[in-house]
Amino acid sequence: MSDLQAFRHETRAWLEANCPAEMREPVRSEGDVCWGGRRWTFQSQAQRQWLERMAEAGWTAPEWPRAYGGGGLSREEAKVLRAEMAKLGCRSPLNSFGIWMLGPALLRYGTEDQKRAYLPPIVRGEIRWCQGYSEPNAGSDLASLQTRAEDRGDHWLVNGQKIWTSYADQADWIFCLVRTDPAAPKHLGISFILFDMESPGVSTRPINLISGKSPFCETFFDNVQVPKSNLVGELNRGWDVAKYLLTHEREMISGMGNLEGSPSIGALATRTLGLEGGFLADPMLRGQIAAFDVDAIAFRLAMERTGDMAKARQAHPAASSMLKYYGAELNKRRFELLMAAGGADALEWEGERSRDGDLARSWLRTKANSIEGGTSEIQLNIVAKRILELPGG
Amino acid sequence: MSLILSEEQAMLRDTAQSFLAENAPVAHLRELRDRHDADGFSRSLWATFAELGFTGILAPEAHGGLGLGHVEAGVVMEQIGRNLTPSPFLSSALLTVTALVRGADEARQAEWLPKIISGELIGALAVDEGPKHRPPAVSLRAERAGTGFRLNGVKSFVVDGHVADLLVVAARTGGAPVDQAGLTLFVVDAKAPGLTVERTVMVDSHNAARLRLENVTVDADAVLGQADGGWTLLEGVLNVGRAAVASELVGVADEVFGRTLSYLRERKQFGRAIGEFQALQHRAAHLYTEIEIAKAAVINSLQTLDESFEGAAAAVSVAKAKAGSVASLAVQEAVQMHGGMGMTDEYDIGLYMKRDRVLNELFGDPNYHADKLARLKGY
Repeated sequence: MSDLQAFRHETRAWLEANCPAEMREPVRSEGDVCWGGRRWTFQSQAQRQWLERMAEAGWTAPEWPRAYGGGGLSREEAKVLRAEMAKLGCRSPLNSFGIWMLGPALLRYGTEDQKRAYLPPIVRGEIRWCQGYSEPNAGSDLASLQTRAEDRGDHWLVNGQKIWTSYADQADWIFCLVRTDPAAPKHLGISFILFDMESPGVSTRPINLISGKSPFCETFFDNVQVPKSNLVGELNRGWDVAKYLLTHEREMISGMGNLEGSPSIGALATRTLGLEGGFLADPMLRGQIAAFDVDAIAFRLAMERTGDMAKARQAHPAASSMLKYYGAELNKRRFELLMAAGGADALEWEGERSRDGDLARSWLRTKANSIEGGTSEIQLNIVAKRILELPGG
Repeated sequence: MSLILSEEQAMLRDTAQSFLAENAPVAHLRELRDRHDADGFSRSLWATFAELGFTGILAPEAHGGLGLGHVEAGVVMEQIGRNLTPSPFLSSALLTVTALVRGADEARQAEWLPKIISGELIGALAVDEGPKHRPPAVSLRAERAGTGFRLNGVKSFVVDGHVADLLVVAARTGGAPVDQAGLTLFVVDAKAPGLTVERTVMVDSHNAARLRLENVTVDADAVLGQADGGWTLLEGVLNVGRAAVASELVGVADEVFGRTLSYLRERKQFGRAIGEFQALQHRAAHLYTEIEIAKAAVINSLQTLDESFEGAAAAVSVAKAKAGSVASLAVQEAVQMHGGMGMTDEYDIGLYMKRDRVLNELFGDPNYHADKLARLKGY
């Protein structure tokens, strides 16, 4: 038996013994997802247990080094872990911008002290992070951001405003892009800093979206004092950190176009329309769903192949833009089809039957996929210029 | 399993790439086309395919083959797609070899496989009878006659049928022309009395034929696999063909895209390269993304055939559907972005568009395979 097979057997046995039955039920709505953090209220004892056990094993961040609380797994082992979790239907123990976005950037650009201070609490789900990137006048043109951090000797003094800060009102800390040299060309005067959202001068205001929910906030900084040691990477070279982190954000969003764990459109349409002669009773819708399924399966394989290529050092560094673009568009298409499959039932906005309009609200939420993390048009620009090396601009 | 080529597979790709680019580039197809070549492919080139071992990729080593897998077969098909090389590689080395390896006993494998591998015999597969691919609709009858069978009916879109020495024919021995049950595969000698072959000159200048079988008699040992139970064997052979054609489609798409990118950089209008215009950049970036996704679906289907042959149907249908629709997008965008030049016979782009159309139709178009995926998923 190969090492990997042995690992598969051990992992399966461990998951069977440690994943509570309740955590093997499909995620039915946003409320079933665990985000952790200082202010987190666990929905159930099972949710707490599942997080604690996975964190203890380092498997909330399986590929991070053990020294920082991670699982220390190879890419192949992590694949096996994900596959075994999928087989048993295990929920993700923790959703975390710390794991998906900040962690990889700290592992690459952070000092040893920063890694030891920030990574273990992320693995354990104790600190919830938010991302301070976009500003009212810095969206697609992110590098024109204006939030200032002035050097006041022993600290930075931060003033300005961020927008579309996901879950800023529930986050404990923020990783934030600030302008530290207003005289430099715009990409060269930006730094990447970390600070506590409980610092005096920080305030947040949720933005009510078309989904009726408020996952994003406006975030204001009014003379916020930040210790000098909270700078990540070199002064005025924060754009490098920001771009590196964005590739991970793009991978996270493109992952939403992934099939696993998401509702099957064919199954929903079968419930609402029924089968005639073994086929979905609406042949036009059936054709659209089938064409979607072809694209979705092929896309999942492309994500996997890009990962394999990255490991073999064959992937283009801008490949995440390609995946982000396609994954976002695919997820929007998925929810358009889910709404069509659900019919009038999918239009209900309130009440127990629709779980407070879960599908309709999720459908509306997906419209942001092709805007957040760089719009689809920006991703296409990046692919055209960096991968295809087309001239101009 | 990693969705990239191993070192050995990448070496085979490089060999096929340089061999075909040197000996059978698009000019080779043009030459055959323009002189109305009776075979429609080069027999001396085919002999070199055999010398390089390509003809034996899927055949067992015991019979003189290389005993390699479907990924290797796909690697060669992709290069064939890039060069639009006409050859019986798909018909003979992949489809006929698969039918024999999976359906014939050792003695007959020993009789036929070495000759196919040496290039002495060319095989072809005859399944479709109407204009659209629909294998359960086979109605060509095979009735028991003495100790053997008597075959009556027609076949169409038989790739390389006009140059084949050996035909693998799907026939109905029971059931009705919608049933999977009651199908049988036969090996038929192309010179058998009662068999007429009509070459059909196709839009892509590649090779196909129609067959008419009138009281063609074969011995009982002409049956491949089980009489009346040929469906699984046929589907297996077809899935090899579908994944192989999907590989060729990726070759077509990637090559035509590369040529289009060069054109976008070179062609100047309004005083600058047309590739500077965002309207074209976004379309090129979208097309690149689609091609990368198709590549992943195709290599996955080839690996799945190698790992679990009987369980590969869904992976193969995803690959054929995706590669087909992406290659169609690629050739259409290529012609449009080449402007008037894309419409000329002098430029190669149009030849790729013609080839794409044929490959999309062969063994099921994207609609056929999306429908099949939906059936497999139960809706």
